[in-house]
Amino acid sequence: MRDVLLDRIQFGLTASFHFIFPPLSLGVGLMLMVFGIQSVRTKDPKWRQLSLFWVRIYGLIFAMGVATGIVMEFEFGTNWSVYSRYVGNVFGSLLAAEGIFAFMLEGGFLGLMLFGGTRLGNRMWLFATSMVVIGAHFSATWIIMANSWMQTPQGFEIAQGPNGPMAVMTNFWEVVFTPSFIPRLLHVIVASWMLGAAMVASVSAWYLLKQRHVDVAKTMLRVALPVFCVLSVLQAGVFGAQQATVVAEQQPVKLASMEGLWETRDCAPLYLFGWVDTNSETTSGVSIPCMLSLLVGFSPDTQVEGLDEFPVDDRPNVNLVFQVYHAMIDLGMLFVGVSALVAFVAWRRRLYTSRFVLRLLVVNVVLVLAAIMAGWWTAEFGRQPWIVWEQLRTVDAASPNLSTTTVAISLIGFVLVYAVLLVVFLWLLNQKIQAGPPDPPEATEIESLPDSFGEIFARRPRASSRVG
Amino acid sequence: MWLNQLWFVLYVVIIGGYVILDGFDLGVGMLSPFLARSDHDKRVLLNSIGPVWDGNEVWLVLGGGALFAAFPFVYASLFSGFYLALMAVLLVLIMRAVAIEFRSKRESARWRTTWDWFFTISSTGIAFLLGVALGNVLRGVPIDDQGNLTVDFVGLLHPYALLLGVAGVLMLALHGGIYLTMKLSDELLERVERLVPRLVVAFFVVMTVVIVWTLFLPEDFAQNFRDRPWTAIFPAAAFVAVVVAWRSIRARAHGRAFVASATMIALLMASVAAALYPVMLPASNDPANSLTIYNAASTQETLTVMLVVAVLGMPFVLLYTAGVYYFFRGRVQLDEDSY
Repeated sequence: MRDVLLDRIQFGLTASFHFIFPPLSLGVGLMLMVFGIQSVRTKDPKWRQLSLFWVRIYGLIFAMGVATGIVMEFEFGTNWSVYSRYVGNVFGSLLAAEGIFAFMLEGGFLGLMLFGGTRLGNRMWLFATSMVVIGAHFSATWIIMANSWMQTPQGFEIAQGPNGPMAVMTNFWEVVFTPSFIPRLLHVIVASWMLGAAMVASVSAWYLLKQRHVDVAKTMLRVALPVFCVLSVLQAGVFGAQQATVVAEQQPVKLASMEGLWETRDCAPLYLFGWVDTNSETTSGVSIPCMLSLLVGFSPDTQVEGLDEFPVDDRPNVNLVFQVYHAMIDLGMLFVGVSALVAFVAWRRRLYTSRFVLRLLVVNVVLVLAAIMAGWWTAEFGRQPWIVWEQLRTVDAASPNLSTTTVAISLIGFVLVYAVLLVVFLWLLNQKIQAGPPDPPEATEIESLPDSFGEIFARRPRASSRVG
Repeated sequence: MWLNQLWFVLYVVIIGGYVILDGFDLGVGMLSPFLARSDHDKRVLLNSIGPVWDGNEVWLVLGGGALFAAFPFVYASLFSGFYLALMAVLLVLIMRAVAIEFRSKRESARWRTTWDWFFTISSTGIAFLLGVALGNVLRGVPIDDQGNLTVDFVGLLHPYALLLGVAGVLMLALHGGIYLTMKLSDELLERVERLVPRLVVAFFVVMTVVIVWTLFLPEDFAQNFRDRPWTAIFPAAAFVAVVVAWRSIRARAHGRAFVASATMIALLMASVAAALYPVMLPASNDPANSLTIYNAASTQETLTVMLVVAVLGMPFVLLYTAGVYYFFRGRVQLDEDSY
């Protein structure tokens, strides 16, 4: 057994950095589908103008997602070879299915989506966009499925492999539908949609503050804000709250860590913020009495298991899990507040002029991303010390033949390259936003583009018929 | 056990798909400084792969996932064993993507030249490293009885592997050149048509050395060729494909040349597969430690599930890959969406 800290840092860094982009592509993708549908319905060129603008940003997000995602596909093998041998039968097949069903769908249609704006009619472009966006959602589904199996594994038995024990699939559908899968999937997808809506709202609000592209910005806000407001309420009230029940049932030690609950009790409190002292086994802060019991069992009498039920070796880093979890729920509550404020000023017809609300909307997207990241960290830090829940410990899962120096070299490489990548991303994103939406095309121009499979494949090469 | 054999074939198909598809866009990157004389030329070359390079890289992701699912022990041993080499490939892939996205975003000549060199060096580097990796797989690596490789990065850089690195670079440069004959026009087309025959000769010479060296290597897989002489049909057919590619370029039948070039790569992959079979990663220290399609595979249940996934998914993959290439067929013209 060797020290796995650097491996964990490297995996955490690469996974977290990657995880900026998939939720963005789900959310912005949803917005693009709305624009596409509106374009088909109304034939108003302003919707195509919006699509042309956002598809450029989508292309950038997608390229980042692919570049950082390729790393993830190999990193289980490079740093976690014991884990890979242990779970290959189960986990590997979910990753491969993601590749075949989802990623290829996205990759295949991406070119059509990105370069289709000047080549495809409304319906065919919506089709290409939908394929990419559905592909992205499939992708998320398989990945959350694989991760959920690590959280709540089932449908397998332990067999003796050539190099030690390994998990062998006994029932594919049990592997797919682990108890945590569907609730976690909904939670992540709703969060991603919130992020997409917040992103569109942020750009629109910024245009309104600067008095640029005002009409376009208002249209975008009218699409994005209702989505954000409804989803943020649903997330806080339904999809997020549902997690507490599932985690309490499946991973009680994780829930106890999230809330810093040291003793099993009824009327367990829900902290708003606080600090956990692991030495004295106490948690201090501001809390709502009985709220955790209410969340878990819909009654203040519900018994919630505390950390005292679990050996110290089986607990995660309690304060870390507590802090990231509270960052998420506090931000979640903030989003409900933002939504209420937005609804109020919209009702008072001051949405487009209230500089405070517009400024808030500009930064809101960063907060949503932060909440998503904090939520993911809660799930992953909370899973420790296990890499596969109650089956395989993280410390036992790393590649035994790597030296600390080797991992340090690759970690430094990742830090440097990802720093460049982040700068590139922000710079290009800013450039695209500054450039603003292109001029809307003429309606007749859109009408002249091929808009069915027959028309597309009957044509002479379009690439050569265009003069740049 | 037929499932193991089938998955071996499917895996070779996926890797072949990756090399053929991402291969030509890597080749375009390598040839860029030899073909382009102006910024406009550079942009035309970049846009010849513009709509497809991202999709092509997806095949690499698929390769990683399929290996994890079907042969997890190879996945674990190979990638942890080739750790720094693989990390180098991944980081270079990222920098290449950045270079493609970035170079045309500013007018400055120095800016564009810098990113162009990134593009070329990264494209060449990936082809070289993949060739080196293949060389090591063919030659065998030391594997202990726990399945862990006991070789460091420097140990991977022996002459045979380096030669395969060079062969990989030349093969993909040739493939990329032939792809460009379909995509370019006017003076750029003339330049690439002059370049391709030279690449054929260079690749041919290097490949001859590779094949001779391979046959005289002491490892098992050279023995495989001697034991199963019929497998020589793959390299022989690959030779025919090179000749067809060369003649097609002379006849200016560019589409046929590309098909021939793709076929050649597929046949060379098949040669490698036939030579190794049933071994996937030979152990140079003790053949008993070699990872084979039997001892490194997932269980029959998992392979069955994966087969269902592949049968459901792969036809669609091939269909829309073909559709996208059909849609973007024809020679490159720059427009406002271009890189």
